[in-house]
Amino acid sequence: MPFIPHTEDDVLAMLAAIGADSIEALFDEIPAELRVRGLEGVPPGMNEMAVARLMHQRAAQDGMPLCFIGAGAYEHHIPAAVWEIATRGEFYTAYTPYQAEASQGTLQLLYEYQTMIASLTGLDVSNASLYDGASGLAEAVLMAVRANRKSKSRRVLMPATVHPIYRKVVHTIVRNQGIELVELDHSGSGNIEPEYLKRFEGEEFAALVIPQPNFFGVLEEVDALTDWAHVNNALAIGLVNPVALAVLTPPGEWGERGADIAVGDGQPLGAPLSSGGPYFGFMACKQEHVRQMPGRIVGRTVDLDGRTGFTLTLQAREQHIRRAKATSNICSNQGLMVTAATIHMALVGAEGLVRVAHACHANTRALVERLTQIECVEQVFSSPYFHEVVLRINQPVGEVLRALAVQDVLGGYDLSADYPELGNAILICATETKDEADIERYAQHLERILSRRKDGPICTKLRPRAGTF
Amino acid sequence: MLIFEHSKPGRLNAAQTPGPQPAYDGIPERFRRTRRPLLPEVSELDAVRHYTRLSQKNFSIDTQFYPLGSCTMKYNPRGSNSLAMLPGFLARHPHAPIESHGQGVLACLFELQEMLKEVTGMKGCSLTPMAGAQGEFAGVAMIRAYHEARGDGARTEILVPDAAHGTNPATAVMCGYQVREIPTDANGDVDVEALQAAVGPHTAGIMLTNPSTLGVFERRIKEIAGIVHRAGGLLYYDGANLNAILGKVKPGAMGFDVVHLNLHKTFSTPHGGGGPGAGPVVVGERLLPFLPVPMVGYDGDEYRWLDEKECPQSIGRLSAHSGNTGILLRAYIYARMIGRAGMERVAEYATLNANYMMAQLKAAGFAPAFPARRATHEFIITLKQEAKELGVTARDFAKRLLDYGFHAPTTYFPLLVSECLLIEPTETESRETLDAFVEVMAKIREEAQQNPAVVTGAPHTLPVKRLDDVKAARELDLVWKD
Repeated sequence: MPFIPHTEDDVLAMLAAIGADSIEALFDEIPAELRVRGLEGVPPGMNEMAVARLMHQRAAQDGMPLCFIGAGAYEHHIPAAVWEIATRGEFYTAYTPYQAEASQGTLQLLYEYQTMIASLTGLDVSNASLYDGASGLAEAVLMAVRANRKSKSRRVLMPATVHPIYRKVVHTIVRNQGIELVELDHSGSGNIEPEYLKRFEGEEFAALVIPQPNFFGVLEEVDALTDWAHVNNALAIGLVNPVALAVLTPPGEWGERGADIAVGDGQPLGAPLSSGGPYFGFMACKQEHVRQMPGRIVGRTVDLDGRTGFTLTLQAREQHIRRAKATSNICSNQGLMVTAATIHMALVGAEGLVRVAHACHANTRALVERLTQIECVEQVFSSPYFHEVVLRINQPVGEVLRALAVQDVLGGYDLSADYPELGNAILICATETKDEADIERYAQHLERILSRRKDGPICTKLRPRAGTF
Repeated sequence: MLIFEHSKPGRLNAAQTPGPQPAYDGIPERFRRTRRPLLPEVSELDAVRHYTRLSQKNFSIDTQFYPLGSCTMKYNPRGSNSLAMLPGFLARHPHAPIESHGQGVLACLFELQEMLKEVTGMKGCSLTPMAGAQGEFAGVAMIRAYHEARGDGARTEILVPDAAHGTNPATAVMCGYQVREIPTDANGDVDVEALQAAVGPHTAGIMLTNPSTLGVFERRIKEIAGIVHRAGGLLYYDGANLNAILGKVKPGAMGFDVVHLNLHKTFSTPHGGGGPGAGPVVVGERLLPFLPVPMVGYDGDEYRWLDEKECPQSIGRLSAHSGNTGILLRAYIYARMIGRAGMERVAEYATLNANYMMAQLKAAGFAPAFPARRATHEFIITLKQEAKELGVTARDFAKRLLDYGFHAPTTYFPLLVSECLLIEPTETESRETLDAFVEVMAKIREEAQQNPAVVTGAPHTLPVKRLDDVKAARELDLVWKD
């Protein structure tokens, strides 16, 4: 029996100790009419060898294409040691550290993680993780509504430059609590125009969400936006990429007073792409809001002998103590991903992460320069960017991306459904994992595909757009 | 020692970083960070040694018996891990086109959906919730969407038994509902008369775990379902305890409208020191249109995502992509390995182990909380006698167990039973392990009789003794400062 150690003798002896005739008798409190016989829809079992064969086939079926997609999930080098250590049984098969004395490994690691995230975001405190960036943003919105002492508003300003799926997730999670997301259009420069916010002055908002870099890869004027939020009694929520934070101003230093909450997806810190998960969300905030933060938090303390130790703390915020009055229903979430991220950050280090960020930026610049040499490919926004850029082509994006995929090149993320106003727009990304030959391979395939298609309209090369739509 | 204390300015792990880069081409100065983040500057060996040593300070299933009630700490097959981490699965971008670069993974996910429908007796499945609590959220949000779609705005209340997990009431509130608690009777069943009195046109639904958190099967479940359905409410099944009934009873047959599963419990995916889990939801006919997206569809030829276009009444999305795919793959691999017969055996041997342990502990003089009832996959003993006579509490027993190399059972939950240990051995533990645990429990009681300080001062053999939780909360130290 797979994974069940009992011998026949064991079963007989155990039943005798219980005083039952059969295993079946142990289910005698279940009303007979509820009992099912058999699970016809489940296939018979396979041993590990047979399952391995099946899974190798399935994994091979999906190929190993050359990937230039970003859009919230980024291919980065992960040191081999990260997952070798994270999948050690002592990390992999432990549970949430409720028994602190028997969980000092996980607890100390989480304390180190909180320190790293607080430093990356420039904020005072960090929790021990959330599910992912999108649901983390939803938690940040709920937290801001609770934490804003200057405004009782349940409205939150949500720019169109935030990942469209993130906006959908936030909507799903906050809508039943009567919170309204007020959409803020993007400007022709691909970011939020601080001037444009003037139309909202005099209205009350609990918070303004500020993505940096935003979904288009463009850098937002975070100082002006943060100050605008504070002048208007709203909290500022920074939505950030942790690798970009190695080189960009951290949310805690935005504007005069800094953002109040920072959230984001931790995937770029050691989580493989894995079709979208598991990743993890990170969240940091100013000290004054710590009691409104959702999720686990680890604190350093001492034991009976005065030795340093670590334990879950501020549990009075959480569902297992507060039940209906908890800050969130979240409990255990992405512990192992945070374990990997902490080891990843330790292995790469401060200088390493800065170099990774620079290499991403430099490779994306090289990619843009090469692709825009192709006739009918243009850069849509001229604003500064980090490691993603919007390009426009003269043909339907979906068809071009499919033709590229046939060549095992994943050319980017199709923006035409979410942002029809941008035309045939693609969001592209090149991380540190790409080199000149990769970029050339993409460019040559794209060039051939675009020139082969005779039905495309004649293109006239335009300057990158600036100004308002 | 913290990793930061191993750090030395200028030390670089060059094997893991790109070479020196041209700085800031095109990023204007006003966007740039001026101070380096506080990340460790250590060698690869320093980091590997540090985190390997930290791992050794943990208890885990791979190193200890871990009978943590309600958490189903069964063996996590290594094969599930290594096969889910094949390079093809790890490298796949979530937005890679599914026609050309995704049929392999989607086939696994589709088949997992089908198997989960079968074991629960439900009609539709969405794998996207990333944890049990998110599955709960999805379930209650669907109940709300169902009532709203029928124009029934009067239903403002969710019923929750007083024995329920704390996530149940917290979830109901996140979905905009008020919570009404339903009491439990002396035998551990829901007080059906109190339930009858509580339901009405304001009832949106009830959240139930069966077997309940008290470790007993809710015998009047059909009656409960009838009462709630007649009042116009729906029934939500918290899958926390599905391991007890896998292959024996389907929640669909009990009358539930929506179920969430904890794949990190029943389907043996790792607990990871606190996640990631996976909390898929399965529903009956009435809630089909409201399932969260995306789901995997199959037309006999090709697998594809079903999203807002195909499911316009969906409650929407819960994650940036499609949930914790890597965890779903582990559950799929486990399900394929144990197969149909193996799934039926899960509940059988989990129940055998729990009843055996309960009988042996009773024989050793410990008091089961519900001695007249069968144990399911878990059971409660109450140490209220020991606390009164010997001055040692459930917490003391728990801490002393750690000294003997056993992870403690769940303590002080459910809240209804004083000085309780909720014990869940799971099906993957041998009789020898269970016997050893019972022996140690008896030994701890002896110690408590002869030298209680040994027990009340435990643990003595771990990296730290009992920690000062009050100091931790009062003098918050959440971040290391140089």
